[in-house]
Amino acid sequence: MDRREFLKVSGSGALALGASACAPGGAKGGADAAGNGAAAGSGEMEYRINPKNGDKVSLLGYGCMRWPMIRGRDGERDKIDQETVNELVDYAYKHGVNYYDTSPAYLQGQSEIAAGVALSRYPRDSYYIATKLSNFGDTSPEGSKQMYYDSFRYLQTDYYDYYLLHSIGNGGVPAFNRRYVDNGMIDFLLKEREAGRIRNLGFSFHGTKDAFDAFLKMQDQYHWDFVQIEMNYQDWRHARVPRNVNAEYLYEELDKRELPIVIMEPLLGGRLARLSDSVVERLKAREPDLSVASWAFRFVGSYPRVLCVLSGMTSMDPLMDNVKTFSGFNPLNEEEIDFILKTADIIAEYPTVNCNDCKYCMPCPWGIDIPGVFLHYNEMVNSGDIATSKEQADYKKLKRRYLVSYDRAIESLRQADHCVGCKTCEPHCPQSIEIPKELQRIDHYIEALRRDTL
Amino acid sequence: MLRKIRIAIAAVMFIGVTLLFLDLSGSLHAWLGWMAKIQFLPAVMALNLVIVALLAILTLVFGRVYCSVICPLGIFQDIVSWFSGRRKGKKSRFHFRKEHKWLRYGLLGLFIIALIAGIQPFVALLAPYSAYGRIVQSIFAPLVQWGNNLLALLAERAGSYAFYTREVWLKSAGVLVVAAATLVAVVWLAWKSGRTWCNSICPVGTTLSFLSRFSLFRPVIDSEKCRDCHMCEKKCKASCIDISGGHNIDYSRCVDCFDCIDNCKFGALKYRFAFAKKSSDKAESSSDSGRRAFLTSAALITFGSAARSQEKKLDGGFAEIIGKKKPERKAPLTPFGSKSIKDFYKRCTACQLCVSACPNNVLRPSQDLKHFMQPEMSYERGYCRPECTVCSEVCPTGAILPLTPEEKTVFHIGTAVVDRSLCIVEAKDTSCGNCSRHCPTGAIIMVPMDPDDKNSLKRPVVNEERCIGCGACENLCPSRPYSAIHVDGLQVHVAN
Repeated sequence: MDRREFLKVSGSGALALGASACAPGGAKGGADAAGNGAAAGSGEMEYRINPKNGDKVSLLGYGCMRWPMIRGRDGERDKIDQETVNELVDYAYKHGVNYYDTSPAYLQGQSEIAAGVALSRYPRDSYYIATKLSNFGDTSPEGSKQMYYDSFRYLQTDYYDYYLLHSIGNGGVPAFNRRYVDNGMIDFLLKEREAGRIRNLGFSFHGTKDAFDAFLKMQDQYHWDFVQIEMNYQDWRHARVPRNVNAEYLYEELDKRELPIVIMEPLLGGRLARLSDSVVERLKAREPDLSVASWAFRFVGSYPRVLCVLSGMTSMDPLMDNVKTFSGFNPLNEEEIDFILKTADIIAEYPTVNCNDCKYCMPCPWGIDIPGVFLHYNEMVNSGDIATSKEQADYKKLKRRYLVSYDRAIESLRQADHCVGCKTCEPHCPQSIEIPKELQRIDHYIEALRRDTL
Repeated sequence: MLRKIRIAIAAVMFIGVTLLFLDLSGSLHAWLGWMAKIQFLPAVMALNLVIVALLAILTLVFGRVYCSVICPLGIFQDIVSWFSGRRKGKKSRFHFRKEHKWLRYGLLGLFIIALIAGIQPFVALLAPYSAYGRIVQSIFAPLVQWGNNLLALLAERAGSYAFYTREVWLKSAGVLVVAAATLVAVVWLAWKSGRTWCNSICPVGTTLSFLSRFSLFRPVIDSEKCRDCHMCEKKCKASCIDISGGHNIDYSRCVDCFDCIDNCKFGALKYRFAFAKKSSDKAESSSDSGRRAFLTSAALITFGSAARSQEKKLDGGFAEIIGKKKPERKAPLTPFGSKSIKDFYKRCTACQLCVSACPNNVLRPSQDLKHFMQPEMSYERGYCRPECTVCSEVCPTGAILPLTPEEKTVFHIGTAVVDRSLCIVEAKDTSCGNCSRHCPTGAIIMVPMDPDDKNSLKRPVVNEERCIGCGACENLCPSRPYSAIHVDGLQVHVAN
């Protein structure tokens, strides 16, 4: 089924989805969940059925990578704000969100524990847990298995609904072999699937086209149950080729193979919610009452093979907005898709850095706040506060704004001018950003501001 | 009336000079810089003969008005003394005292010897403007900066860019101790007995006293009108009016505050041309018992421990960054605009104005005994940014001569030296080049470690001819606590 067909039948299709609410493992609260194509927010949570096993998954999934942290005192580590996490999970759960995606690597290793604490207050069969084998550092069989078993304990469960090989693609097949094949982990996981402790086995992907093709070829061997990809209207045709793949290609390849797709970074770490003023104007002119972020969610949700769209909601406000978007879900029509893809072309022209603030690059061994520098820069680009020449009329104002807000956002020892260019960070970046190069580009701009040589 | 004029001018000068030290915007110097430049000792050091001559003429004509309306330390003492006089029963707390001749002339002698011999710490200790400068810079400026940081916090919440946070750090523990001791001594003396500092210790006051004895205009007592009520004497903070001893005023000590004139109910005191027909007998009083306590307190110099680098507390998501330590330099670094180390330290009166003004956290008072309290440069917290010429603009003594940013790029105050054992390229096998990337003159070149292999890691080398000594390389070097590249000062600064 392609998207056009899907859109045509979305009204009746939703009814069909609602009818299958009795599927095994299906969540409560969605018995008559049916998007009726009306204005967003008026209906119940949108659900999608996993054709492989009938799982009834909420289209909005909770990404547990960006939960709020409380700053550690006196050199102690930051701690998850469990109280707020519980409140967030309560709200999400009560509004029908039943898919929670975490990893042993997230939030300095604290995400799984927090998810376990928050979710274990509800019946285990009323939500789906997705976690990952994040053996980036220690790839030994012992270390990897330890990580697998620890997740059970942290998540307070004895089975995983969705289990992923975490972020494969960077490093291609050789890295895949090192992390999963050579140490016997893939065979181990296949056995765990047989034993029922893994209900769905898949992988999350960032990387080159060749690597992606190779992993899909392994389908005959491993029988992936699902695949998690980065997809949004920006990456649809403006991914950083050749180091990354356009989401259009990824989606179509998976659609061909009828593999359920989980979407990550639908909002590019919030970047598609914080757009430049002119782009915001463009979106608001069409939908004055809908949030900027809702466009991004509606875009990915408009593709039928998408099972679940993950959003890492840090606080209640985006959570409520997203719940609104996905309740009585209103997919984009043909013309709206064209419109948003044209918007992506405009956004691609901006000199922003593709950083999603995932913090995989951190900690930088030299102490630099890499995502902080990028986010600040992007913010200034989007708000139109970048000076282009010292001759321009408001140059002094722009200069002061940039420098003052830069010092506020990032303490001086963690600013871009301390980057030595060691490239330790680069292989960790899922967006394949040339981090030192970008840091030095921004530093160069700042130096020009300070010296008035712009 | 005269008193009111005196207070008005004094207020303007005092606020102006104080603001020079506390100015965070860096824009006041253009308007108020002259207030520092008309101070007596800085003008002498700058060989600004016009100013010195004008001050001499001013004193010869009007008496020591300099001490009442120009010198910030003098005005500061008046303020303290005024508060002291507000106490009950202390409204008229002064009485005539004989001058401490041996003390004032002795100290002036020592001061001149120190000046000639180049013992600047002693000069700075006694010089009134320097004393006031160090009090404001080390004690009041941090308070203002904390206030600013509070405003910055509020501004940040309000999304305003009007204020931004500044680093408040202990620039020199030794100077803080000396400044505190100076403050205590000055306040104590002023609280107890008005202008004792000016008339017994201050070398500038003593110097001007040679001229003020012969001043054309002066307060004169009309013996015929005087009813010997002693009110003028009791109000004289210089303790220089002697009613019982023959209606005399010691003009070497009178600072022309006009309090006596305002307080005489009988109109017996007039500020007038001294050599008119109504003569007044000049009388010099001989020395009497003196007070010495202030000497001990003034000389109370304790050297505190070196300022410890303050390390920032980190959260778990960041690698820890340890503070930088000051390297040992073959020769000290003195600012762009100073001609040589020798010339700089000879002219500088350690007034701390440049230290207060430096926006890059480079200048701080020296802890070194030889140049104690005089500024020196170091690059642990920042470097001498190519576009900044603030210190050269504010220096009132000519120790740092004015220069433009363009001139700065050809001045050579020091030379960068690489310590290969610390450089991360060689020690840790990491590519870097941060020093080279940030060198404003392109003096640092990255060359392959293996000359035969173009792809080998590149290490920094310094083209000494191009290096100006700004310290960008030293400050931004990733090696901690000691940078792998540091700047040694040059004895004589040259233009490349």
